[in-house]
Amino acid sequence: MDRLDLAGLFVHFLILWFIAIGGPSTILPDIHRYLVEVHHLLTNAEFVEIYTLAQVAPGPNAMYVTLIGWHLAGWKGVAATTIPLLVPAATLTLLVGHLNERYPNARAARAVRRGLMPITIGLVFASATILMRAVNHDWRGYLITLLTVAVVLRKPWNPLWLFGAGALAGIAGFV
Amino acid sequence: MLTHIATFESGRSRAEQVPLITTICTRNNMNETELRNPRVSQLDLFLAFSRISLSSFGGAIFWARRELVERQRWFSEREFVDVYTLGQLLPGPNVLNLTVIVGHRFAGWTGAAAGVAGFLGWPCLMVVGMGVLYQHYGALPYVQQALTGMSSVAAGLLLATVIKLATVLPRHWRPWLFGVLAFVAVGIMRWPLLWVMGALAPWAVFAAWKEPE
Repeated sequence: MDRLDLAGLFVHFLILWFIAIGGPSTILPDIHRYLVEVHHLLTNAEFVEIYTLAQVAPGPNAMYVTLIGWHLAGWKGVAATTIPLLVPAATLTLLVGHLNERYPNARAARAVRRGLMPITIGLVFASATILMRAVNHDWRGYLITLLTVAVVLRKPWNPLWLFGAGALAGIAGFV
Repeated sequence: MLTHIATFESGRSRAEQVPLITTICTRNNMNETELRNPRVSQLDLFLAFSRISLSSFGGAIFWARRELVERQRWFSEREFVDVYTLGQLLPGPNVLNLTVIVGHRFAGWTGAAAGVAGFLGWPCLMVVGMGVLYQHYGALPYVQQALTGMSSVAAGLLLATVIKLATVLPRHWRPWLFGVLAFVAVGIMRWPLLWVMGALAPWAVFAAWKEPE
């Protein structure tokens, strides 16, 4: 395990949040690469478990970065991973606010949305495959994942029920 | 929690008909429109965003609309779509961006800070509480088994989000090409996201800009 470099962690998260157009799931692959593959600060299993725990908590799903920070270095870690989340939102809102007189070009905004949408999808798919490979060790894990997909696509149930079912399946020794 | 991405597209299609980014720009001429000009204090913002945050199991955007449009009536439906669309164009969690925009609009920078404190403060404490429990009990066999099962579900939720999103992509080779390139570069090659976005994003946005309506 590498020695934890909090400043490096802070800078890496800061850069990531500036390019996280499309939400917190688009940067999950890079956070996994940085923490698990490059710096060996977390094991694959720890990474997935921390991500999952944060999904069960209320609030934005971006809070998994806060839990990672806490796990790595307590309150200092929370600051190193959570403050970067606020910086792009605050600075860019200030920037857009200053463009008050000039109405931004709607065509440009549309081009940004249309252009980045497919990239967002590709990145979230990458996140899903990374989680699947990390957690599912045999067909039973994949079966739970596929059942979840089938239910979510058909029923508007609260995901918490699915997490509960997953936990029960785990305790019953299915996975 | 996961549905914010799924609403990416629905926000877009409705927003096609309304002028974009107008809400934040019309802050100064609010009295012209005289739709509503509510007096909103920092405390109001803190409380409203605390409520949104603490109720948002499974998608903050649903609760944000309920609180801001239906309960507090600070926004009309259309203004809300405008602000939300702007939040999606900026990087970071969409509802956090929405919080900053709304707080800043009603009460300046202290308002934005109050909103963010309400929106992120509580989840931050709860997540730390979970972290404490995880460190103490995470290694117990039953907890391990439950977490493994839940993690398989978490992967499925993300996969379902991708499938929902992909169904609204245009039936044209170019968006799919960008999607596949992003997936291969980041998910399989494991290249740093910054390089991949630096290479792909300008190209993708330029292609979309050139595209006829």
